Amino acid sequence: MEQKNTVLIDGQVVELNGEKNILELTRKIGIEIPTFCYHSELSLYGACRMCVVEVEGRGIMASCSTPPAPGMKILTNSPRVQRVRRTVLELLLANHDRECTTCDRNGSCKLQELANRFGVKKIRFGERDVKLPLDHSSHSLVRDPNKCILCGDCVRMCAEVQGIGVLDFSGRGSNTVVTPAFHKNLADVECVNCGQCGAVCPTGAIVVKDDTDRAWAAIHDPEKMVVVQVAPAVRVALGEEFGLPAGEIVTGKVVAALKRLGFDKVFDTSITADLTVIEETHEFITRLQKGEKMPQFTSCCPAWVKYAEHNAAEYLKNLSSCRSPQQMFGSLVKKYWAQEIGKQPEDIIVVSIMPCTAKKYEAALPQFATDGVPDVDLVLTTQELARMIREAGLVFDQLDIESFDTPFGFTTGAGVIFGATGGVAEAVLRAAHEFVTGQPIDQINFEAVRGFADRKEATVEIAGQEIKVAVVHGLANAKALLQEIKEGKADYHIIEVMACPGGCVGGAGQPISPTMETKKERAKGIYNADKLSQLRKAQDNPVVGKFYERWLAKPNSDAAHDALHTAYSNRGRISGEEIKLMTSQEPDQLDIAVCVGTCCYLNGAYDTLQKFMKLAADSELKERINLHATFCLEKCEQGPVIKVDDEIINGVTPDRVEKIFTEKICTKLK
Amino acid sequence: MNKETLNQLEARKNQWRQGFDREKARILVCAGTGCVANGSLEVYAALKQEVEARGEYVTVDLLLEEEKTGVAVVKSGCHGFCEMGPLVRLEPSGILYTKVKAEDAAEIVEALVSGGKPVERLLYRHPLTGEVYAEEHQIPFYHHQQRTALAHCGQIDPEDIREYVVNDGYEGLKRALTQMTPAEVCREIIDSGLRGRGGGGFPTGRKWELTRIEEGPKKYVVCNGDEGDPGAFMDRSLMEGDPHRVLEGMIIAGYAIGADEGYIYVRAEYPLAVQRLKTAIAEAKKYGLLGENILGTGFNFELKIKEGAGAFVCGEETALLASIEGRRGMPSPKPPFPAQSGLWGKPTLINNVETFANIAQIIVKGAAWFSEIGADQNTGTKTFAITGQVANTGLIEVPLGTTLRQVVFEIGGGIRGGKKFKAVQIGGPSGGCLTEEHLDLPLDFDSLKAAGAMIGSGGLVIMDESTCMVEVARFFMNFTQNESCGKCVPCREGTKRMLEILQRAVDGEGRPEDVELLQELAEAVRDGSLCGLGKTAPNPVLTMLKYFKDEYIAHVVEKRCPAGVCSALKGYTIDPEKCKGCSKCARACPVQAISGELKKPYTIDQTKCIKCGACVENCPFKAIKEG
Repeated sequence: MEQKNTVLIDGQVVELNGEKNILELTRKIGIEIPTFCYHSELSLYGACRMCVVEVEGRGIMASCSTPPAPGMKILTNSPRVQRVRRTVLELLLANHDRECTTCDRNGSCKLQELANRFGVKKIRFGERDVKLPLDHSSHSLVRDPNKCILCGDCVRMCAEVQGIGVLDFSGRGSNTVVTPAFHKNLADVECVNCGQCGAVCPTGAIVVKDDTDRAWAAIHDPEKMVVVQVAPAVRVALGEEFGLPAGEIVTGKVVAALKRLGFDKVFDTSITADLTVIEETHEFITRLQKGEKMPQFTSCCPAWVKYAEHNAAEYLKNLSSCRSPQQMFGSLVKKYWAQEIGKQPEDIIVVSIMPCTAKKYEAALPQFATDGVPDVDLVLTTQELARMIREAGLVFDQLDIESFDTPFGFTTGAGVIFGATGGVAEAVLRAAHEFVTGQPIDQINFEAVRGFADRKEATVEIAGQEIKVAVVHGLANAKALLQEIKEGKADYHIIEVMACPGGCVGGAGQPISPTMETKKERAKGIYNADKLSQLRKAQDNPVVGKFYERWLAKPNSDAAHDALHTAYSNRGRISGEEIKLMTSQEPDQLDIAVCVGTCCYLNGAYDTLQKFMKLAADSELKERINLHATFCLEKCEQGPVIKVDDEIINGVTPDRVEKIFTEKICTKLK
Repeated sequence: MNKETLNQLEARKNQWRQGFDREKARILVCAGTGCVANGSLEVYAALKQEVEARGEYVTVDLLLEEEKTGVAVVKSGCHGFCEMGPLVRLEPSGILYTKVKAEDAAEIVEALVSGGKPVERLLYRHPLTGEVYAEEHQIPFYHHQQRTALAHCGQIDPEDIREYVVNDGYEGLKRALTQMTPAEVCREIIDSGLRGRGGGGFPTGRKWELTRIEEGPKKYVVCNGDEGDPGAFMDRSLMEGDPHRVLEGMIIAGYAIGADEGYIYVRAEYPLAVQRLKTAIAEAKKYGLLGENILGTGFNFELKIKEGAGAFVCGEETALLASIEGRRGMPSPKPPFPAQSGLWGKPTLINNVETFANIAQIIVKGAAWFSEIGADQNTGTKTFAITGQVANTGLIEVPLGTTLRQVVFEIGGGIRGGKKFKAVQIGGPSGGCLTEEHLDLPLDFDSLKAAGAMIGSGGLVIMDESTCMVEVARFFMNFTQNESCGKCVPCREGTKRMLEILQRAVDGEGRPEDVELLQELAEAVRDGSLCGLGKTAPNPVLTMLKYFKDEYIAHVVEKRCPAGVCSALKGYTIDPEKCKGCSKCARACPVQAISGELKKPYTIDQTKCIKCGACVENCPFKAIKEG
C-alpha cells in the first residue's frame, strides 16, 4: 500500500517536504505554535513544553522534537494541548518575579506576550518564594535569576554559538538556576560581554546594563560638552524600535534625534572605522613584508579580543594592535580635538551609541584613557537610545533628517560596512592593494566575504602575492578556525572575527529580535548605505587625511601608535599565586614550577612535586634552585606539567621526575 | 586466543564440578548489603572458625588441589529475606537459619556435623501463625515464589566465577556465539516475549533488533543499574548476588546488536555491587569470557563500570547516557531514541539489570520455555521489593500475572498486627496506589497501567488502615520534587506546586478549590512533561484522587485526617458530660492549654494545644476525645 506523504493538521491535509519537526511544519501553514526554548540556530532542548501538540495514538508530544511522519493526525489546539500550555504559563508566571512595569523587557518579553495571548488572568499558585541576588558585576549585562524561566537559551547560545559556556545549570528540581561556574559573578568568569545570552533571553533575566541615567546626567550638566558617536550598525536597526522595517537606513533621523536630546556634537564612528582600515592595513603590510605574526586577526570586536585573551593567549601577538573605531574616536577627541577647541579632556563627555554590549566593557578598560580620563565616558546601546528618544517624546519617524557634525562626520562606505560581518575584511581589501602598489584596485565589492555563512573566504592578488582572507562570526566559528590554524590546516593572511552572528548588526544592544532574517535585513541596509556613499574606500576619506596631516603624521607613526593602538594581556583561566617552596639566593639560579591545578593534581602532580623537592634537597645544586607550586599552565590534558625557566615540559609523572631532573635541571645548572 | 578456549573452559568446568561435588556440606552465609549491615561477616568468620576447629573446613581450591572433602563456608548474595537476616543456609539440607549471631556458630556447626536436629530457635517462625519452618523452600515467603532471575542469589558465591560456571553459567553466551547469528539471538528474545524490567515494559527483543539494524561499526550496550526508588533493591541484589549473570546478558546483547563496548551504570551508593561487578569483570576476562576474541570466536567486547552520583533522574535512559558522557544528568527529548543515537551519538542498547539477568536462560532454555512462564503478553517472572506493613518483607520473584493478593497475603504473610489492608503503592514514586478492589488484579505491565499504576522497577509498599493516603502522596511528591532535574517546566514547577498543595492539606490549610486544582495540575504534568520521571510523577496523586478522594476531601474541607496521622488535623475536646473537673488533664498539659474551675468541666484552648495527647492519657474518665 502506498502511503501518501501527508499529515493531517487540525483536519487540514498538509504535505511533507522534509521538515525536521512538526513545529516547522505548522509554521509553514500559518499556525504560530508558542515556544520559549526553540531556536533554529541552537540545539534542540525540548524543555519549555509550550509547543506541545496532540498526535493521535501517541498523545501529547513536543512539536519541536517530533519529526512529522506520514499519516500522522495532529491537533495543535485540542483541550489537552491548551491545558498543558496554560498550565506551563501559569506555573512559569507563579515562579516569575512579576514586576513587569519596572522590567527592562516590559513590552519585549516573550512570557508577557504569551501570557497575554493565552489570556492568563489569574495565578492560582503561590508567589515566588526565593529572592536571589542580582548580578550587577558586569559592565555590560545585568542578570536577574528571579526572572529566569530556565529555558536554557542563554546556556546553549553561549556554549554552542559562542563556544564559551560561561553559563550552565546548577542545582536540581525547583532549585535549578542558570549561573556561571561556582555561582561566580559574570565579571569574574570568562564572559566576553557579547550579550548574546541576553539577546536570546525571552524574559528580563539577562538584560543590557542601562546607562541612560548617566547619559541624561551628562547632557544636563552645563559644565560639560557632550559629544556622541554613532556606530554604523545603529543606523539600520534603530528604526525597528519605532515601527520602521529592519534595515531601513535612518542615519539622518538618528542625528536629528541625538541633537534634539541635547548632545552638543553628533559624530559618526564610521570615520574612525576608516582610520582603522588605514592603520590596520598598514600594519598588515608591514607584517606581510617582514613575514611575522601571521595571520593578522582584526581587533575591532572587544568580545573577540577578550575571548582571545582568555582562550588563545598564544595568538595575542597576531591580533592587530589597532584599537577599535570606538576607542580611536574617543582617543582622538580627548587627545587632539579637545585641544583644538580649547578644552581639557575632562570637559568633554564622549558618549557612544553602539549595537554592542561589549563596548561598555571596552570603554571601561583602564588603558583607554587620556590623562587619566576615559576616552569614551559612556556607551549606550541602540536599545537605550530608543528608550531616551521615547522618554523625550520625540516622534522618531517624523523627525527631519540632519547631518553629522564636523570634523568627525565625513565617512566612506568602507567605514559603514564595518557594521556587517565581512565588512572590515572588505574595507581592508579595498585598501591593501593600493597601499602596496600605489595603484587603486578596480574591484570595490567583495561579495565572497559578505553574507551569513559560518566562514567566508576570499583571495586577492597584491603585487604578485596571493592574499587569503577569512571571515568568521560567532565565536564558536572563531574557535574552530583557531583550532585549524593550530593544527596547521588553515593558512590565511587576514582573519576578521566578529563575536556576534551577523557581525555588529546582530549585536546584543540592538532592538530585540529573535530571528536571523532581521539581522540579514540590517546587513542589507548596511550594504545599501555603502552603495549610496560618494566614496567607498577608507583611504579616499579626505577628513582622515587631514587627521594625519594635523595630528598623526602618517599611518603607524609613533603618534598614531600612541593614540590608536593598544596591547593585549593573557587572561589565562586561573590567576592563582605561586607557592614558593625553595628560594635561591645565588646569582645563577633556575626556576622550576610544578603545576598543581586540578588536572595535574589528579594526574599525580603532588607526588611529582614531592619528588622534585626531595631530589633538589639531596642535590648539591639545591642552593641554586627556585621551586614553586603554580596553578594552571594550560596544558591540562598532558599533566602533570612543569616549567623549567621558560620551557614547559608535559607528562612529568612521578616516575619520570628523576630522569627529567638529571636531563633538564642538572645539565642546565652545570 | 583460539578455538581451544571453548574446550579449555569445558575442561575447567568439569574439573571444577568434580571439586564441588566433593563438598560434604556447605554453609552459605548471606553477604548481601542488608545482612552485612546486621553483622553477617562476623557470623561468617565464627562459622568458619568453628568448622576449622573441627578439621572439616575446605575451600574450592582445597577441594580441587588436594582432592579433600569437608564442609565449605561460603559468602553468598542476597536471599531476599533481609529483615530476617543475617541469614545462613545449609546445603544440601536446605535449612535456613534466621537472625543468626556469631554466638550461634558453634551450635549450628555442631548440629550440622553431628547430623542432629537443626537449631530450632534460629528457624523461621511465622509472625502470624507461629508455625516453624526448617527448610527455606517451605517458608511461605519462598514457597510461593518462582526464582529464575534470582535463581543464583543466595545460592552461590558471587565472587567466585567457578560457582557460576558450574551452575550452567556462560552456557547462554557459548550457545549464542557458536550456534546463533546475531539476528537469531534477537529473534529468540523477541519470541520469548521478554519486556524491559526497568519500568516501561518495552519489548526487549524489539529494542535489540532496532539497535542491531542500525549502522555501525561503533555501538554500545548499557546496563541501567541506577536503581533509585525508595525501598527498592532488586537490581542491587542481582548485581551483588549474581554479577556474572548480568555480565553474560550484556555480552550476549553486545554480540546480538554488534557492539564491542558496554557500560554498567551503577550508583556509587552501591559499593558492594560495584566491587562484585569489578571482580566479576576481572574474572570473566581471565577466562576469556570478556575482552578480545571471546571464547576464541573472534567476538570482542569490553565492559566498563560508571558509578553514578545517585540522581534518581539518571535512571531515565537519556539522562543516564548524558551522565556517562560526563554531562549533567538531564533527559533529552525522544526521538532520537538511544537505539538510533545514544552514547556519544552512537546506536546504543540500554536495558535494566534484571532484563539482562533474564537473557542467558532464554538463550539456554529457549524462548518457548520463557514464554510459558507468566501471563499472556507478560511473560516471565518479575522481582519485587516488598516492604511496609506486611508480616514478611524482602525481595521476591513471582511470575508476571501473579495477583496482588498472593503477594500480600501468601508471600507477604498478610498485614501485621491484625490490622486491615488498605492500599499498596506499586512502582515507587512513579507508580500509584492500588486498593482492596485491586487485590485480584494480576501484577503485569498492562493491568497495572490500566489501573493507573505501573510496575516501575518493582517496589511494593503495603499499607494498612492506619496509613494516611494524602500523606503518602505528599511523601512521594516530595521525593520526585527533590529528584526532578529541573529541565522541563511541568515537572520542575508542577511537582513543586503539587507538593505545596498536598503540604497544605496535611497541614490543615487545604482549600476546597485545591481538589480541582490538584487534579488539573496533575494531569497537565502527566501530559506535558519531557521524560518518564515527570510524566509519571503525578501517578501517586492521581491514584490517590481516584481511589481515596474522600480522604483528601476530608483533609481540605472537613479539616480531618480519617487515618489520624496528620498531626495538624488532630484536635482534642473535653466532653462536659463526662468531665468531673479533676484538673488532672490541666496538670498534664505541657503548654497550659487546659483550664477550668475544679469540679466543673474543663476546656481546651485550641490555639495553644500542640496535640500531644498527654491529656487523653491522663484523663481517668475518658472524657477527652480525639478527632
